[in-house]
Amino acid sequence: MENKLTISSSPHIVSNTTTSHIMRDVIIALIPATLGALYFFRMGAVVVIVPAILAAVAAEAIFQKMSGRKVTVGDLSAVVTGLLLALHLPPNAPWWLTVVGSLFAIIVVKQLFGGIGHNFMNPALAARAVLLASWPVQMTSWVNPGADAVSSATPLGILSEQGKEAAMAAASLKDLFMGNVGGCVGETSVVLLLIGGAYLLYRGVITYIIPAYYMGTVAILTLLLGGFDFSYMLFHLFAGGLVIGAVFMATDYSTSPVTQKGQIVYAVGCGVLTTVIRLYGGYPEGVSYSIILMNVATPLIERYTTPKVFGEVAK
Amino acid sequence: MQLFTFKGGIHPPHRKKQTENMPATKAKPPGVVYIPLLQHIGAPCVPVVSKGEYVKVGQKIGEAQGFVSIPVHSSVSGTVQALKEMPLQGGTKVLCVVIENDFKDELHESVVPKGDLTGLSREELVGIIKEAGIAGMGGAAFPTHVKLSPPEEKNVDVVVLNGAECEPYLTADHRLMLETPEDVIEGARAIMKALGISKAYIGIEDNKKDVLKGMTGEIMPDEDINIVLLKTKYPQGAEKQLIYACTGRMVPSGGLPMDVGVVVNNVATAAQIARTIKTGMPSIERITTVTGGAVNSPQNLIVRIGTLYSELIEECGGFKEEPAKVISGGPMMGLAQSSVQIPVTKGTSGILCLTKAEAKIPESENCIRCGRCFTVCPVNLQPLYISAHSLKYDYKKAEEYKAMDCIECGSCSFICPSKRPLLQSIRVAKREIIASRRKQNR
Ligand code: SF4
Ligand code: SF4
Repeated sequence: MENKLTISSSPHIVSNTTTSHIMRDVIIALIPATLGALYFFRMGAVVVIVPAILAAVAAEAIFQKMSGRKVTVGDLSAVVTGLLLALHLPPNAPWWLTVVGSLFAIIVVKQLFGGIGHNFMNPALAARAVLLASWPVQMTSWVNPGADAVSSATPLGILSEQGKEAAMAAASLKDLFMGNVGGCVGETSVVLLLIGGAYLLYRGVITYIIPAYYMGTVAILTLLLGGFDFSYMLFHLFAGGLVIGAVFMATDYSTSPVTQKGQIVYAVGCGVLTTVIRLYGGYPEGVSYSIILMNVATPLIERYTTPKVFGEVAK
Repeated sequence: MQLFTFKGGIHPPHRKKQTENMPATKAKPPGVVYIPLLQHIGAPCVPVVSKGEYVKVGQKIGEAQGFVSIPVHSSVSGTVQALKEMPLQGGTKVLCVVIENDFKDELHESVVPKGDLTGLSREELVGIIKEAGIAGMGGAAFPTHVKLSPPEEKNVDVVVLNGAECEPYLTADHRLMLETPEDVIEGARAIMKALGISKAYIGIEDNKKDVLKGMTGEIMPDEDINIVLLKTKYPQGAEKQLIYACTGRMVPSGGLPMDVGVVVNNVATAAQIARTIKTGMPSIERITTVTGGAVNSPQNLIVRIGTLYSELIEECGGFKEEPAKVISGGPMMGLAQSSVQIPVTKGTSGILCLTKAEAKIPESENCIRCGRCFTVCPVNLQPLYISAHSLKYDYKKAEEYKAMDCIECGSCSFICPSKRPLLQSIRVAKREIIASRRKQNR
């Protein structure tokens, strides 16, 4: 027995939580929104979601195999990336577009930078941005929810083209909240996304800081800039990808600061950029670009928000 | 009731159920004891007995060398068989006095009660504590008389007794406080007297509420000894965190408790001081929790210093399955042992035998930057960065990220979902930083 005892330095026990548990929680949190997407967009959603996930997982496995690395699809992070990308695409987007997006997200943004944790941009958002730049037509062909996919515009699209009154007339706040409007596959239903967010908070996967400061900043700015019109503020909170962005994308571990102060700076930055792009920019929707920009700023933010260690204040 | 605590920390599984309701029982006296001549931080002692000599219980067998050193006494009566080197908990070899027990338990003449606390002067007290070979019994084993002799310029006004016992599995201090609260409180009084102060805090985690009644019952109404109920959280018993939770004082980075007027002692150390005063018996035994999934019937044993781990495990019914790891101390900060043929020392708070399943540490993966290690660090460090720099051999950067402030509690390694060897790599960085500081000073 003697020489069979393992010698290693402390600690000798570790928690049961692993990366795959965390990713599984994120997937669970996305289930309401995914089911909602299937309900609102039917086959259109299926054609986007299924290929996205399959392509993401396959891309990760094949790339890791070919480059002689350990295959880590078991950690479920590729599933999360594929699903998040799908939820950020228009329903009825052609399946090949989805596959190209997943390949780009996994191979270029994630694996070429060293795999999970080493990418400096959110893979799903980066892929979406590339798709939008390369295939603008397919990426902005919106449909109304329901069985008969009638093409339409998103509420934010109407806002940027026809102005505030038209936009607010086009969709009731209730429809926006429930998700009964045109938009990306999984971003339309505020309530379903918030249920997922509550689950993530409860499980300790995310903290309230990034979502609260992000959405809070957008709320305050749109209230100020919209002439203290409360329902206009709610319109901005509920429309487009703000909730999914604030809860699921901005909170991405790899690309957001780890320090609390840093997270506040980062989230407020996201909120300011989103508002500015929505109100003054050329695109109707600013969430993706705002988060990507702040992703890039994350290392800088972290450098300037290093916390004081215990006892350092007392000196 | 308000619970006191610190920022950060983790909630490892307690695993105390097996032993917390088991009264501390005297272990069978061993046939042979192996008493190390170095059981404390500081200089080793020199043997004052030789082979073939007859020694009695409580007789001094090793004499202290210098100020930061304490003597060692025999825990049995019998004949000195040999003086030989043996590996200890830390793996280093130490000279041990091997004594064959004659089971007569003859007391040495020097073991006589020291009188009433009120009649003893401060100097006398410190002298008694040093002569009795008392060192911190929480694990670090720092000679107690040194702590009780602070330099003039440090204005110590508070003593904090550590009864947190925040390590999973261990229940030795718990049983001690439950069974002999009078010794703990009397020990607190002795420490206060030795320091010439009148204020004490005893920090106890709230998973040991059952000790409160007995402990508070021992305190006189006019006495300034406060029991502080602490939130059950690891590492609640870490010195600086404990001081903060009890007194609100923050020990400066790189500083000592004395810098904020505090001296910390373990409750077991305090109880030992009280017993020594009462009976004259030096530090020759202690309560040790023998536990873990690999042990048949875990127990709290009152153990004579110098008993081999193997004998205590035998007394607990032996192994029920082959242990994957044997740890001296708790699972968070204890030392893994390569053998069970090592003797109990004054600092052995637990002997933990983990099964393969309990000791399993999954392979480490990429850091996902979840920030958990940073959230739990009681010192507010960013373990992920210190570790990353250390793994890249960039120890300068690791130092900039305050690697030296790490208290090695292991919370970060415990919590990491990617099972990164965080503390392990931070330790490497600390070693390198110390080495390079030395070089610069030369
Ligand atoms: S860095 Fe050090 S002090 Fe902080 S949690 Fe890790 S081991 Fe504990
Ligand atoms: S806990 Fe582990 S995975 Fe999370 S940030 Fe720290 S090192 Fe990275």
